[in-house]
Amino acid sequence: MKPNARIASILPPLLPLLVTMGVFEIAVRSGWVPSYLIPAPTEVFRSLIDDRVELATAAWTTLSSALVGLLLSFSAGTLFAIALSTSDLARRAFYPYAVFFQTVPIIAIAPLLVIWFGFGQPTVIASAAIVSVFPIIASTLLGLKSTEPALVDLFALYSATTRQILYMLKIPFALPQIFSGLRIASGLAVVGAIVGEFIGGGGLGSIVDSARTQQRIDRVFAAVLISALLGVVLVGAVNFVSALALGSWHTSERKTS
Amino acid sequence: MNSDLHPGQRKSGAAVVCEGIARAFTGTGLVLDHITFQIQPGEFVALLGPSGSGKSSLLRLTAGLDRADEGRLAIDAGQEAVSRGFVFQEPTLIPWRNVLRNTTLPLELQGWNIDRARTRAEEELRRVRLADFAARYPHELSGGMKMRTSVARALITRPNLLLLDEPFAALDEPTRHALQQQLREIWAALGMTVLFVTHSISEAVFLADRVIVLSPRPARILLDSAINLPPARAAPLRTSLNYIQEMSHISAAVPNPEANA
Repeated sequence: MKPNARIASILPPLLPLLVTMGVFEIAVRSGWVPSYLIPAPTEVFRSLIDDRVELATAAWTTLSSALVGLLLSFSAGTLFAIALSTSDLARRAFYPYAVFFQTVPIIAIAPLLVIWFGFGQPTVIASAAIVSVFPIIASTLLGLKSTEPALVDLFALYSATTRQILYMLKIPFALPQIFSGLRIASGLAVVGAIVGEFIGGGGLGSIVDSARTQQRIDRVFAAVLISALLGVVLVGAVNFVSALALGSWHTSERKTS
Repeated sequence: MNSDLHPGQRKSGAAVVCEGIARAFTGTGLVLDHITFQIQPGEFVALLGPSGSGKSSLLRLTAGLDRADEGRLAIDAGQEAVSRGFVFQEPTLIPWRNVLRNTTLPLELQGWNIDRARTRAEEELRRVRLADFAARYPHELSGGMKMRTSVARALITRPNLLLLDEPFAALDEPTRHALQQQLREIWAALGMTVLFVTHSISEAVFLADRVIVLSPRPARILLDSAINLPPARAAPLRTSLNYIQEMSHISAAVPNPEANA
């Protein structure tokens, strides 16, 4: 990408951010907005610099918990969806519980996770996995059920085994939907990890919680900003893998000239 | 009947016996109304009928992709095992496989070594004049190229029964004519039995040595007629008197949809 083109692609999302930050800076400095509600952006940056070591350590803890949680939800969710796709009876029997599971608020079951897994990272990982599993199940199942019937006929014509149909046709065909679910799940895994850290301790969630009680609103904003960046990093990683896997053939990843 | 056919038609074709085949579907009711016909090894037969008449249903039964409610359908390849190739209405190519890997797919499913399968696929791609496009992905191909890939894939197992379900219907006329001629040449070279479903009278007459005309649903056989044209079919044939007479003969048996409107 040429430098001019790079600037042109960055400028549209950057401009509203800079304008909003400028407005808030003026609003807080002029006393129109009390600084205990919204900090001046420069205060947030000061906190980011002053507390950089603590924030970086916490960010790594949160990211690693979110990643492990995402890997767990991806493995379990994909296997569960494959199992459901093989039988209408299994789907009718178990899918409603997956939907029900999704509707239970994580903040309500987080204390239970502490009882089961104790304080610390296992609870945080479990929280991240629980929050992020449903989009993976739903998207993978949709993808596996959307295989073109004529292609299934083609495989049947050559007496393909169930395993061949699954690995050579259904899973590759479902990849665009699987990546779509993974994109949603990767953002949710960070949310789940932060919520888990509120209760289980550690990471950015813990910093947000303690800064809140200390009225360090600038620190809360700094931690929130970093947690949002973690979500962006995870979604970016999924996008990268998706482009590698689908770039040669799927419309969603094909480069247009 | 085989002895009446030209020397290209021979050896490796399968015989098809279809006796009193009936098939009904929920919602549409009876689709095939006790169809009976036989196809000799190496014959090129066109199954002609209006849209929705049940031609494709009959082809799916012959392919083993569906089961009849009544009747008997037998395929006999003599000493050889029955091997079917199927060309669908759409090219049905796998989008993440290039032309070569789409062509090797049937052999991969049958457990062939990939290098052997590639060698065979290259041969089939040369046959359908796609050897230079082996590395291309389906989205990089024209409609005609996609369909030629589909034909190469159907041929790779060296089937003794080739089934085609209106494969050229969506193509422009020059491409369709070129592919019809190519298919005829392939059949002459390989000698498999061909059952070709179409709703086009001109296509049926140009391609086949025998045309079976089906009625609107529920399908019954209205006409089963040999086509008396020379075995080598090329573009000039389309304007010949014989061709036009054969088309008129078949056309007279095809029901006019306006008559029932």
